[in-house]
Amino acid sequence: MGDPFGLIGRWLIDLVTGWGMEPEAALTLLRFLGAAILATVLLLACFFLIVAERKILGRFQDRYGPNRVGPWGVFQTVADFVKLIGKEIVVPDGIDKPVYWLAPLLVVMSVVGIWAVVPFAPGFRGTDLNVGVLYIVSIGAIGTLGIIMAGWSSNNKFALLGAFRAVAQLVSYEIPMVLTLLIPTMLAGSMGVTAIVEAQKDLWFIAAAPLAAAVFLISSVAENGRAPFDLMEGESEIVAGFNIEYGGLAFGMFYVGEFLHAFTVGVLFSTLFLGGWRGPGAETYPLLGLFYFFAKALVVWFVTVWVRASFPRVRIDQLLALNWKFLTPLALVIVALTAVVDKLAAEQGWSQLLALLAANAVLALGMFAVLGAYGRSVRKREDSLRGNAAALPARSAR
Amino acid sequence: MHDPWVFVAFLLPIGLLLPAVAVLMGILLGPRKPNAIKGTTYECGIETVGETWVQFRASYYIFALIFVVFDVEAVFLFPWAVAYNGMQLYMVLEGVLFLLILAAGLLYAWRKGALEWV
Repeated sequence: MGDPFGLIGRWLIDLVTGWGMEPEAALTLLRFLGAAILATVLLLACFFLIVAERKILGRFQDRYGPNRVGPWGVFQTVADFVKLIGKEIVVPDGIDKPVYWLAPLLVVMSVVGIWAVVPFAPGFRGTDLNVGVLYIVSIGAIGTLGIIMAGWSSNNKFALLGAFRAVAQLVSYEIPMVLTLLIPTMLAGSMGVTAIVEAQKDLWFIAAAPLAAAVFLISSVAENGRAPFDLMEGESEIVAGFNIEYGGLAFGMFYVGEFLHAFTVGVLFSTLFLGGWRGPGAETYPLLGLFYFFAKALVVWFVTVWVRASFPRVRIDQLLALNWKFLTPLALVIVALTAVVDKLAAEQGWSQLLALLAANAVLALGMFAVLGAYGRSVRKREDSLRGNAAALPARSAR
Repeated sequence: MHDPWVFVAFLLPIGLLLPAVAVLMGILLGPRKPNAIKGTTYECGIETVGETWVQFRASYYIFALIFVVFDVEAVFLFPWAVAYNGMQLYMVLEGVLFLLILAAGLLYAWRKGALEWV
């Protein structure tokens, strides 16, 4: 019970070396098996994730959600999958063939690739890269590339518009995400994801940097391209966006990539800011760590679904203004403030947690003051445009 | 010590292969009856006018350009963040100075109206 994952690994190595294999080759074989199992399990998990998300969304909208196929509708995605297999994949004229076919595969690959560096439990992870955080960012960017490729190669104006929006949105929201990723890197002193989880032994980073965590969550949801930031597939505006010319399972792969990415956002957030597998007793019982890990990831994932169910789609000018005029400056200030305050606290001997919390509280107050002043000025301008000066006191009193 | 990138080298091709197999299954198992109308560009049943390569807003280009500046900057900041624990206060302040220069660039783009969606 002490270390089941190490035990299984050692048993497998003993088994294949017992068959006369070199230890080095056995280790490589083990890596290959691990990668194959991880990718397969992730794609199969989509069957569960999609039906769970549809059930949750149904409940938010006061309906049952899928409930016909199997008990509580759990086999709905399997039925959808079978239907999608049986569909004709209509290949439109004038597409750029290699780019067109590669795009959905790249979207899935980018999401699966992120999981290579995620530590599931003590001693149980794909691999530990010393540039883990940068790896997550770069592999995640391949998904953006896939979406742009899909829109570009489809020979369709609306798909192209979707790709343009993907450039504007996905690429922009990478900035606050990357900037807030500096905070865990700074506090842990390493880019390795395992080292970041190790560094959260005494203190989850969300306690030391709540604002950075919030900015990271918002930009991750935008990076995922779902409501309220689902502009690149706005059905009511640009037909279906980048995936308009895709059918059958080629479309299904975009779907799989999006839903798996939604859960990956939860996993990354819980790993970087909520301590990953850390919890009482996780060191001695790694299985408990696995449980904590998925519990935290599911909670964050539920929050993103909640956001999706609650907010309407934003306009593109609002989306870009939110990123460039609010999140990016805020992320810059957070990074600078955290760096200086943390170093000052270390040199002056203050409590690190209290100093960072105070800095975050001051920053949050300043942020709300600026936002409030901006909102009042906008309302004032709107009211004066309407020639409705009498309404002003009533509005500001609210 | 075993190279940690071996796992990535396995995982990425598998992650590309599995969806490829699924799509291939769809191509093989699904019907395939192409005709001229089916192959046309889909615009909700309305015939397409003009070619696909429409003019697009210059704003998209400007936003992508600003993005490149900030992304390169972030790459430079990561080594600084890794070395953070061993730094003196003045080294941290130099990093902050670098951030301030970039913030000034953002402010400049903002004042120039590059961030407005007109």
